[in-house]
Amino acid sequence: MTVAVNPSQTGEPIFYVAEEHPHPEGWSTSLGFWIYLMSDCLIFAILFATFGVLGGNYAAGPAPKDLFDLNLVAVNTSMLLLSSITYGFAMLTMQQNKVAQTQIWLAITGLFGLAFIGIELTEFAHMIHEGATPQRSAFLSAFFTLVGTHGLHVSCGLIWLVTLMVQVGKFGLIEANRRRLMCLSMFWHFLDVVWIGVFTFVYLLGVLR
Amino acid sequence: MSTDTHAAHADDHHHDGGHSHGTFSSYMLGFVLSVVLTAIPFWLVMSGALPNKQITALVIMAFAVVQIVVHMIYFLHMNTTSENGWSMMALIFTIVMVVIALSGSLWVMSHLNSNMMPMHQMSGMN
Repeated sequence: MTVAVNPSQTGEPIFYVAEEHPHPEGWSTSLGFWIYLMSDCLIFAILFATFGVLGGNYAAGPAPKDLFDLNLVAVNTSMLLLSSITYGFAMLTMQQNKVAQTQIWLAITGLFGLAFIGIELTEFAHMIHEGATPQRSAFLSAFFTLVGTHGLHVSCGLIWLVTLMVQVGKFGLIEANRRRLMCLSMFWHFLDVVWIGVFTFVYLLGVLR
Repeated sequence: MSTDTHAAHADDHHHDGGHSHGTFSSYMLGFVLSVVLTAIPFWLVMSGALPNKQITALVIMAFAVVQIVVHMIYFLHMNTTSENGWSMMALIFTIVMVVIALSGSLWVMSHLNSNMMPMHQMSGMN
């Protein structure tokens, strides 16, 4: 792109090249990743809306009161909340360039995430064993889609976490790895935000219903 | 003039992707607030402390909204200046979309439900 500005005293326009100058690598990553998270938010919004519409259609099948164990959900919620704070600690130690401590906090975060997925899968298995399958009623279809999508996100986050631990182990806390860890941090905390919606609207309001 | 714009751009690039970082105390404050804001709604529902179900529902939804804001501020480090305000713009746009999608779906479908004549009434009219 060539732009003319400030005609010189002779009246001749001066041209200079106004091309976008090179940006440092990854300078726009966090905004781009944030926009991805917002689009992910829309997916969850639609799944919440679906659950809101179909959540009362039990088709003479089991209702939330018969299925949900709030003690288990409370334990699960604390697992995710603890993994959020340990990821925060991983980010803090990363800023202090402490590779080993960052790895330890990431590993603890991964274990909490794994516990969350384990408890959720146990709950699903228990429900399916009792005949509360996704095919049983519109409520259960919407439930498994919404909670399952969240669980799938957490599982992908865990794979990502392990990948980054290998990366940090191999290359250390280089600039690229810091950027990746920051993206995973946003992803992980975002999933915790979605879980607030899940335990409130699906579990607590479901049992209250 | 060209040096001026370059200097301005260079400033843009020094902000480390525009992402602000938390401190130990801000993370802990967010965590403690989250624990409290999670524990109270669970306790309300499990103990049935409030006699009225509708009031309980409204209270736990209010707690959820507050906790989401807490997470946004203390864990996701949202503020109006990160990325020159663009992440806040994206967030506001998303919230508008989410509110329209959620409230619109629930409103339309509940009206549809209440306008549908129940089957047993229809068979009674024959």
